[in-house]
Amino acid sequence: MAYARGVEQVRALIVRHKRWDMIFGLFGLFALMLGVLTFVALFVDMAIDGVPRLSFDFFSNFPSRRAGQAGILSAWVGSCLVMLVTAFFAVPLGVATGLYLEEYAPRNWITDLIEINISNLAGVPSIVYGLLALGLFVYQFGLGQSILAAGLTLALLILPIVIVATRESIRAIPQNIREGAYALGGTQWQVCRDHIIPYSSAGILTGIIIGMARAIGETAPLITIGALTFIAFLPDAPLKAEPPFVSFEWVMSPFTAMPIQMFNWTSRPEAAFHQNAAAAGFVLVLMTLAMNGLAIWLRYRLRKNIKW
Amino acid sequence: MPALSVLPSVEAHADRGHAVPKAEARSLSFFYGDFRALKNLNLVVHEERVTALIGPSGCGKSTLLRCFNRMHDLYPGNRYQGEIRLFPDDTNLLAPNVDPIEVRMRLSMVFQKPNPFPKSIFENVAYGLRVRGERSRRALEDRVEAALRGAALWDEVKDRLRDLAFNLSGGQQQRLCIARALATDPEILLFDEPTSALDPIATASIEQLITDLKQKVTILIVTHNMQQAARVSDYTAYMYLGELIEFGRTDELFIKPKNRQTEDYITGRFG
Repeated sequence: MAYARGVEQVRALIVRHKRWDMIFGLFGLFALMLGVLTFVALFVDMAIDGVPRLSFDFFSNFPSRRAGQAGILSAWVGSCLVMLVTAFFAVPLGVATGLYLEEYAPRNWITDLIEINISNLAGVPSIVYGLLALGLFVYQFGLGQSILAAGLTLALLILPIVIVATRESIRAIPQNIREGAYALGGTQWQVCRDHIIPYSSAGILTGIIIGMARAIGETAPLITIGALTFIAFLPDAPLKAEPPFVSFEWVMSPFTAMPIQMFNWTSRPEAAFHQNAAAAGFVLVLMTLAMNGLAIWLRYRLRKNIKW
Repeated sequence: MPALSVLPSVEAHADRGHAVPKAEARSLSFFYGDFRALKNLNLVVHEERVTALIGPSGCGKSTLLRCFNRMHDLYPGNRYQGEIRLFPDDTNLLAPNVDPIEVRMRLSMVFQKPNPFPKSIFENVAYGLRVRGERSRRALEDRVEAALRGAALWDEVKDRLRDLAFNLSGGQQQRLCIARALATDPEILLFDEPTSALDPIATASIEQLITDLKQKVTILIVTHNMQQAARVSDYTAYMYLGELIEFGRTDELFIKPKNRQTEDYITGRFG
């Protein structure tokens, strides 16, 4: 048949074509559900095992040889402190890099080369970052198996994520907004400070949080640099009662983190420890989901005023 | 060449004295990479008059306008040749030792599509002053009010200066951009097809505004609309393929064009 003629043929043709609409629709739904249901199944399984273990004591106890008394205090405190160090280094470095590449860097082959390399860095396995950090931070810089070394390692790991998110949200700012700011006599820095950074902050923040959510679950690089699995003390407190009120001794403290604690518990033979691991995993997933939720909320709040 | 620049002002401008040159393009050429977009232009912009640039799409009228505030410096590969003199100090705006930021501080620009910043109405108008280091709250408030009055927007927004500029209508946004450009007392106000994104009513109010503004400020306007050029301008330049075909007083150019190409364009036979 050449092409459809007449109402009857056209109707028959449409019916045949629409069949493909439905076939793809079903396949798409299947593909989507495969991912979503797998996650839900894992999460529910973990919750069933772990939730009964959750109690105030679980959060406020140090690890213990007795599964019933073991808690995740040192793990969640360690994770939070490592995240603090990670953010402290990754955010300014990543945002500055993205801003420089978008607004300052000349367009030439060197810039292209750097861009390709940044994309590649995002694909490097995290264990490789761990090995790099072991040689560089732990031994070369003498930081030891400290929170600082772990924070720097994870900062390195999420730097490409922050850079890419920064660049993408800067690129979304229409050129005529830039031109408007330059036409009023702004310097490059004034335009960046007053316009580019504020208008892209929603996307940048989202990128930072998604990067942090990735970092908080990273296990391999922390094991590589030698995170301890059994820590029955907290790092030195960052705030003090007596002047100068702040202390940075904690950054050099040994530490453990949520995924490390989980890893340790799952490798024990007793079933009770596996329950602990499930509970810790449940908390870790909730932490990650909370961070992602925060990212969505922030993006909504900050973008409400911006529509281009 | 400058014969046209000293035309005695008759009827319309009789009460406003002779037109004095405010800026002058001399042998101006412009290159996007290897492409020569402007070819050896000579043009005088008169003080407190409206000069319109007209011509078919791609004739280089916007390119010429953007030479005046060195907008082309923002992109690599662009090159100027010749000069644009700004009077009375006779500064060559295109000279390599003249900072484009200095040029943009002296000449303001209003763009084709309203481009308010996603900030409050007040902050939009105040931004040029902030860039110039103005910190006094009082001074900012006074200048913002004066600029909004100048742009015929004050009465509509005076009770909601903290509102987001995006909440204004298209025509109001464009007048806000004009206020933003006026706030810093520019020596020349550059308009790049300011009404092409607006409806006819908003267009009429912008045109009225331009007519009012020329009492105080020199205006150079690019327009795709010949009727608009005829309505608002005192001088008109017709451009085609990067060349200035004819330049003269608007009443003369529209009634008795000297050049055949100009005549074809303004009578609609071409373009």
